[in-house]
Amino acid sequence: MNAVAKKGALRPGAEAIAEKGWLAAHKWLILRRSSQIGILLLFLVGPWFGLWVVKGNLNYSYTLGVLPLADPYLLLQSLVTGQIPEKLALIGVGIVLAFYLLVGGRSYCSWVCPVNLVTDFANWLRARLGLKGGAHLSRTTRYWILGMTLVAAAATGTIAWEMLNPVSMLHRGLIFGLGAAWMVIIGVFLFDLFVMRQGWCGHLCPVGAFYSLIGKLSVTRIRLPAREACNDCMDCFAVCPEQQVIRPALKAINGAAPVIIDANCTNCGRCIDVCSKDVFQFGTRFSSSHLTVTGTAHAALK
Amino acid sequence: MEKTANPKVSTRGSARRQFIADTARVACGVGLLGLGLGLYSRHATALPPAAIRPPGALPETSFSAACIRCGMCVRDCPYDILHLAKPEEPMSTGTPYFVARQIPCEMCEDIPCVKACPTGALDHSLKDINKAKMGLAVLVDHETCLNFLGLRCDICYRVCPVIDKAITLEPQINERTGKHALFIPVVHSEHCTGCGKCEKACPTEIAAIKVFPLYMAKGQLSAHYRLGWVEKEKAGASLVAPDIEHQYNMPEGMKYENGKGLSTVPGTAVPPEPTFQGLPKALQGNKL
Repeated sequence: MNAVAKKGALRPGAEAIAEKGWLAAHKWLILRRSSQIGILLLFLVGPWFGLWVVKGNLNYSYTLGVLPLADPYLLLQSLVTGQIPEKLALIGVGIVLAFYLLVGGRSYCSWVCPVNLVTDFANWLRARLGLKGGAHLSRTTRYWILGMTLVAAAATGTIAWEMLNPVSMLHRGLIFGLGAAWMVIIGVFLFDLFVMRQGWCGHLCPVGAFYSLIGKLSVTRIRLPAREACNDCMDCFAVCPEQQVIRPALKAINGAAPVIIDANCTNCGRCIDVCSKDVFQFGTRFSSSHLTVTGTAHAALK
Repeated sequence: MEKTANPKVSTRGSARRQFIADTARVACGVGLLGLGLGLYSRHATALPPAAIRPPGALPETSFSAACIRCGMCVRDCPYDILHLAKPEEPMSTGTPYFVARQIPCEMCEDIPCVKACPTGALDHSLKDINKAKMGLAVLVDHETCLNFLGLRCDICYRVCPVIDKAITLEPQINERTGKHALFIPVVHSEHCTGCGKCEKACPTEIAAIKVFPLYMAKGQLSAHYRLGWVEKEKAGASLVAPDIEHQYNMPEGMKYENGKGLSTVPGTAVPPEPTFQGLPKALQGNKL
């Protein structure tokens, strides 16, 4: 009883820090922030210092004059208006699709997208201030919005969503000048802080929704080889931006294999950090036979 | 009553109701958002008059569909004239434009902005910058144009990269002084690329010559209009009945020639000069 009360006062991950040390308990978080900020800096050293490593922005970029990268979601919207892109953009889309099929669709959200820095901050602050409750909305809302943006593009004959898209607005704004885009970003921040936990990235953002569709087939996934070691401390659940993805794999619901297969897992790796029992690790969706057997055996025993 | 008697049916029924209500809620919310977004984006396809698109830009509605707001054209412009529209500006957010009065297009021969475009938003079939149609210069204000006031400013004419084709100077009589000429700058849409050099260079406080997007600056004849003199030249002859020699019914001994006026036919008696009794003195004696 005492232990539970004490545990309740601790922040998620405290146990992992005590067990593994601060650095090991923040490994993936540090790597992820380095990736987010590093990618942003690659785009910024051009306009800031004249070092042109990458030109463009997340919608389309050209790296060192050889590597084109293009956002497939944006080009899909352009396509439904009836516009056909040039060759480089098509190659760029192909590379991006292949990459995210490999590393996990929504890795874009947690490792690249600049809005994630904003919403993560909002949600961290929300937890620190102990703000509870707020509006409830289904996490499938983002797919409705995704569909709506495509319908809007087809109906208006313009890439309508780009008038509002906080993702490209922030990234483009940081590189080319923000203008009033900061208000949209503050809006997203306040929405996540006061209105809904994980509101933007976890419920509404159609960009994330689109990348989750790529993630349905993507290779890199979080595996739980040691799920039997779970002591139900709920720390992973507390830090996960898409909490619904953990339970089936962790608790072997309906004999689920010990791998987080849900397309909305962002592969952020924070669950690996905060787990003091080392239940989680990065792996692939293809289970080795050994793991599958343990998984099903475990499920059968339950 | 029967329904509540069976708890299983009731749970399933209310769950279904809940599901339908939730779905309707989300669908309506998202639908409203979509409606707002659609209307907003339709408004933004009307380009403001001061914003000029880079060379090769598609017509505005196609442009805002093809442009993916990446800013590659901005980066590859050697003169840094292009900006990406910010959300508060009254055009599609993130699309490129320039303002001629600030920095006009330098009309690079290799057109790097078009080459940089990863979509067809800037048409890659544009190979000759002199064929660009970014906009059209219009001498909007005849009251403040210095040449209209009788000065030989001529700056727009001098700075034009397509000099003597896109802008020519057309002499006219200066009615104010009665003895000088006006050299009126005239823009020819066939050659004007809309680069904006003239607007930038115009020395008046507010430019008298301005570049506008084509849809604002250019008129269009109705499709059924034919220019008679053009058609005549094409056909090699008049398309209607052949021109007939005009016959004048003149008094005897007089003839009339177009451009020369009245004269007497040699060898005939000159008729007596008519007198106009009823006319004021000043007009009497005047020949017709």
